[in-house]
Amino acid sequence: MKRKGLSVFLGSLCLVLIALLFMPGCAAEEKVYKVCITQIATHPDLDSNRQGIIDAMAEEGFVEGENVEFIIRNAEGDMTTAASIADYFVSLEPDLIQAITTPSAQTVVAAAEGTDIPIIFSSVTDPIAAGLVPSWEEAAPHVTGVSDWFEMPPQVEFILSVLPNIKVLGTAYNPGEVNAAVQAQILKEVAPDYGLTVVEATAASTADVYAAGMSLVGRCDAVWIPTCNTVGGVGIESIIQVGEENHLPIFGSAVGMIGKGLVGGCSVDYYWIGKQAGYMAAKILRGKDIADIPPMKSAVSTVVYPAAAARMGITIPQAVIDKADIVLED
Amino acid sequence: MLDVIRGVLSFSFYEGLVFGLVAIGVYLTLRVLAFPDLTVDGSYTLGGATAAVLIVAGVHPFLATLAAVGAGLCAGLMTGLLNTKLRLPALLAGILMMVGLYSINLRIMSGANVSLLREVTTFDKVAGFLGLRSGSIEVSIIVALVLAGIVFFLLNWFLHTEIGLTLRATGDNEQMVRGLGVNTDMTTILGVSVANGLVALAGAVVAQGQGFADVGMGIGMIVMGLASVIIGESLFRPRGVARLLLTAIGGAFVYRLFITIALRLGMAPGDLKLITAVLVIIALAIPYIKKKLRHEWIPPAVRW
Repeated sequence: MKRKGLSVFLGSLCLVLIALLFMPGCAAEEKVYKVCITQIATHPDLDSNRQGIIDAMAEEGFVEGENVEFIIRNAEGDMTTAASIADYFVSLEPDLIQAITTPSAQTVVAAAEGTDIPIIFSSVTDPIAAGLVPSWEEAAPHVTGVSDWFEMPPQVEFILSVLPNIKVLGTAYNPGEVNAAVQAQILKEVAPDYGLTVVEATAASTADVYAAGMSLVGRCDAVWIPTCNTVGGVGIESIIQVGEENHLPIFGSAVGMIGKGLVGGCSVDYYWIGKQAGYMAAKILRGKDIADIPPMKSAVSTVVYPAAAARMGITIPQAVIDKADIVLED
Repeated sequence: MLDVIRGVLSFSFYEGLVFGLVAIGVYLTLRVLAFPDLTVDGSYTLGGATAAVLIVAGVHPFLATLAAVGAGLCAGLMTGLLNTKLRLPALLAGILMMVGLYSINLRIMSGANVSLLREVTTFDKVAGFLGLRSGSIEVSIIVALVLAGIVFFLLNWFLHTEIGLTLRATGDNEQMVRGLGVNTDMTTILGVSVANGLVALAGAVVAQGQGFADVGMGIGMIVMGLASVIIGESLFRPRGVARLLLTAIGGAFVYRLFITIALRLGMAPGDLKLITAVLVIIALAIPYIKKKLRHEWIPPAVRW
């Protein structure tokens, strides 16, 4: 009995070693850059971030299959897997690592401690709080990147340009998501400057989003949704339903969620973020010192969706529509 | 090539030791006490959060790690009390604690994520003490090995004391133990507390190793613990306390080894969870098929 258990174990260990022999990318004769990309989960925004990286690098002459080998891994929401991916990437001794989202970037930076592998993060909302870079003005010794941080005042100003007379602004988000929680906190700090009070509703999972939305009905004049995967991503349909049934105007912070049927908002473009991270990568591969590339914030564009606004019982002023960068239609 | 194999094995070895602590916790509750405890997902994060917050506040990392164990013990204590004093079913008590701990962890960290990237952790302290490069796999393995060693000896000793023996007997036959005049509530609470203390220890170590604590870091930990226990059991057939503890660590090692290899071979990312499921099913099916071939009696499946 005991022997059998042991032989099964040894057998599987042998299989493992054989499997390792077939590992791709063991040796390359001519200079092919090895670029690793890790992301925390499958999500439309994060996927376009990744595509932006690949496209921008191709634009700059770093084309997959020609002079770049991309090694792409996705932790599918599991932070333990993210750590394994980070360790794997560092063991490959690549020319550069691209880390999409906060936990992915943190695991890579921890795993690469003591090496000088350049690391570029993207879609990290607060890289300073995450310990990735010391400030917005300077890169860490081998870490820099692009944040999806956006300034809050333009968001509030946009809402006021559509609805000048509101007094109470609601927001709904998942407190378990760093990005969303940070944005909601900043909203609360900024709102008094505009004479607004903020009421909050939280949803820990997609199942709670409808209830969170309903809890805002009657407590506020309009709602703003941060870049939250739970409320603004998977659960956005529930919020739209609440808005349409109760004529509560709902604003968003990403073109993805606005396109599902929100009034409008200032949007972060994740493809754009990815492209900036790709341009940074090209500069570094060409030999530029990472210390000379400070981290950057995301640009925003204004988005309006007049038909959706009508369903939530309001009309967007023509002047706002004329000034918008993107006008969505049904 | 050899470097690659060495890299894979050493990283899995480190992970096996650390997640072996989770597996030992699951083993203690599930197999020794026959108490299916789902607190694990919450107490793992609780350990990470407690250690991270204390380290950021300037507490010595060793003390912070110890405090994390204390926090885990308290979480287990609560689960045990819910079960024995309020008579909640074990599964429900664990689920309620797991859900409640989510909010508590958010409160402890005052947010969803605490960074330890520029902080001095246990690993840095040990690296400094030994004069090794901080962040190297050797340091990680030494830290994990020492911790697993301490846990091994303490538990091996504890489970052989009188109280440890009654704890083991509680899981085997609660009626009989109660008949002997032993307070089984006390042994249950003790067992569940110790198990969650170990799980929190794992969370604290992982948070320091990976450079952050995150409210989502415990998701799936109970599955990993169960999978490790089941794989370990089918490979090593434990008899006696020492073998039992090694089984949990060995199971965690094999489980993490498979995941690491799957990652390196470039498995489609979404398929990883399926590998876990298939691995556990295979591990569970092997003893069944063996018995079937020998026409032995097979006990019916448990239904908690």
